[in-house]
Amino acid sequence: MSKYRLDYLDELEAEAIYILREVAGQFEKPALLFSGGKDSITLVHLALKAFRPGKFPFPLVHIDTGHNFEETITYRDEMIARIGEKLIVGHVQDSIDEGKVIEQKGKNASRNALQTVTLLDTIAKHQFDACIGGARRDEEKARAKERIFSVRDEFGQWDPKRQRPELWDIYNGKIHKGENVRVFPISNWTELDVWNYIRRENIPLPTIYFAHQRDCITRNGQLMAASPFLNMDSEDKVERKNVRFRTVGDMTCTAAVESYAFEIDDIIDEIASSKISERGARMDDKVSEAAMEDRKKGGYF
Amino acid sequence: MDILKFITAGSVDDGKSTLIGRLLYDSEAILADQLEALHASNRKNDDGSIDLAILTDGLKAEREQGITIDVAYKYFETDKRKFIIADAPGHIQYTRNMVTGASNAGLAIILIDARKGVVEQTTRHSFLVSLLQIPQVVVAINKMDMVDYSETVFNKIVADYKVLAGKVGLTDNITYIPVSALKGDNIVYPSVNISWYKGDSLLHHLENVAVEVDDSSAHARLPVQWVVRPQTEALHDYRGYAGRVSSGAFRVNDKVTVLPSGFSTTISKIELFDKELEEALAGTSVTVHLQDNIDISRGDIIVNSAGQPQLSSAIEADLCWMDTRPLDTSLTYLIQHNTKTVRCKIREIVYKVNINTLEKDYDGDFKLNDIGRVIIKTAEPLAFDAYQVNKANGGAIIIDSRTNVTVGALLLREAID
Repeated sequence: MSKYRLDYLDELEAEAIYILREVAGQFEKPALLFSGGKDSITLVHLALKAFRPGKFPFPLVHIDTGHNFEETITYRDEMIARIGEKLIVGHVQDSIDEGKVIEQKGKNASRNALQTVTLLDTIAKHQFDACIGGARRDEEKARAKERIFSVRDEFGQWDPKRQRPELWDIYNGKIHKGENVRVFPISNWTELDVWNYIRRENIPLPTIYFAHQRDCITRNGQLMAASPFLNMDSEDKVERKNVRFRTVGDMTCTAAVESYAFEIDDIIDEIASSKISERGARMDDKVSEAAMEDRKKGGYF
Repeated sequence: MDILKFITAGSVDDGKSTLIGRLLYDSEAILADQLEALHASNRKNDDGSIDLAILTDGLKAEREQGITIDVAYKYFETDKRKFIIADAPGHIQYTRNMVTGASNAGLAIILIDARKGVVEQTTRHSFLVSLLQIPQVVVAINKMDMVDYSETVFNKIVADYKVLAGKVGLTDNITYIPVSALKGDNIVYPSVNISWYKGDSLLHHLENVAVEVDDSSAHARLPVQWVVRPQTEALHDYRGYAGRVSSGAFRVNDKVTVLPSGFSTTISKIELFDKELEEALAGTSVTVHLQDNIDISRGDIIVNSAGQPQLSSAIEADLCWMDTRPLDTSLTYLIQHNTKTVRCKIREIVYKVNINTLEKDYDGDFKLNDIGRVIIKTAEPLAFDAYQVNKANGGAIIIDSRTNVTVGALLLREAID
């Protein structure tokens, strides 16, 4: 009996591959939304397992705000060269130039909110009927209720009241023209599952996930990477810090945490020991400091 | 480590929210920020302790705002196992949500209020658990603190439940645990107040109960999802059939039959990405290669030749209706079974079940949350197993082709004619 038991990572992997293949089988023009973060990198790895030695039945789509970490773009381009798949880039700058969105002003300006418009335009332009994303149900309460196949109307809206029952592992991808489906193959994974899988599968990651030296400023209690995209003034004091990033988004809205996690094992230890607060954003600093302290006590230095 | 998916059945009054809250709290699965909110909350129990129901109350508030009436998934883990709770509302109007949550569950916790004993809704929950063939059942007799932790009360409820279980056809794998979610008795920690109970705490049971495993190779099934055909010069002849083994196991050299065409051949190779496997177990997503070149496409199913499913286009099934528009027997719907979607009609409604009393009746309509027996006619034959025998190949959904919405769940039973 025991030999029939799959390890939990095998089970999550098999489920995700199954879902990716359902997308391939049920839709005419799917796409995989790639942000350069660990979740979408995991999705690409799962897609390799689902479709090799064949080609992916969908392109990767990256919505480029223009404010990305250089390391993310480098990683993206190297990855595309390595796997030989098609990449479509939607530029927020184009949406700004076309007057569809207006750049935010002020100290906390970010292009984060603008990218939705670019995404929807990109979906419309290429007539994608399914977009695969790396969201997980453990992230927050609203996500806890989302389906694996989540129907969006022509405005890209999710209507929790109109969700389809999702039974067994039968996914209903039938839609009307103009609608599209967001598909979340790693819905049932937690943050720690993703990290454990990345370690097990030896998946390369952008360097910013690992501890490194960087010029930072402290803003609203968060450590932000100093960059030309951040509206800085004389009050902002630039400090050299040892940091890493837990999530990868824009330079203007992704905060760093002080960390000495240079290897994936260190990161997993860090996350596991701070597990009880992994989603309490403001708790981050507090807890990783404590984690650091604990490691120092344990003889890290 | 493995994963156990489970569902809790019981109304708010039975202490479902408190039970889930207690399970998460005592197993230290609560996030620090949520914990702070819990301690800071003004809502306390009568004895001044924190009200753990608050943990699922966020959902309730959302429900009041009309955001959702649906299943929420919660995740936690211990050193032994990972758990996914499908948290479905317990009221009768949410029968379809319980069916949704229960369809994937390996275990169901049925809550009974120790003061009230077996009540009408216990029948409903148990009927659904039995219908959906959830392999493991825990009857959690809650609020034991309110009946002085009485062994007599517990034994009486167990005896009553056994009678009900017999009626709904729940015979195996039922575990009875006296608990107090409020006080924490037998949820994570063994109770000091219930010394007469010699069994495990709820969490200990959840950690150690056998997860359903289908190791019968006679029922090996692989619905084909996708044909991998690179058609490059180097891989000119590569033709792999990708899918997830839904039950049983396939080994290299197994004799297999492809349905509905009925051609037989043998498995020549099993792959998982860059690995070659000797054997593909239930649950694994693989790519198989066959000895002979047969025309196979998505929607076909590869089965073990020695244990073949039924093949028919007229099928008796149990139906759970999930849409606000009632079933219309004059309409053509779509049925999705595994990776195959074909047109279908409901040819006949045999009966409906009153799931509170288990009486069979049919009053002329079949509407939201109704459950009953029907005969469907499909445009092409389906290769299926009875749901009771093989869940993975016995479930199907009905789609309204006007709205594209999933309107019914089918538990296939038997080929007709």
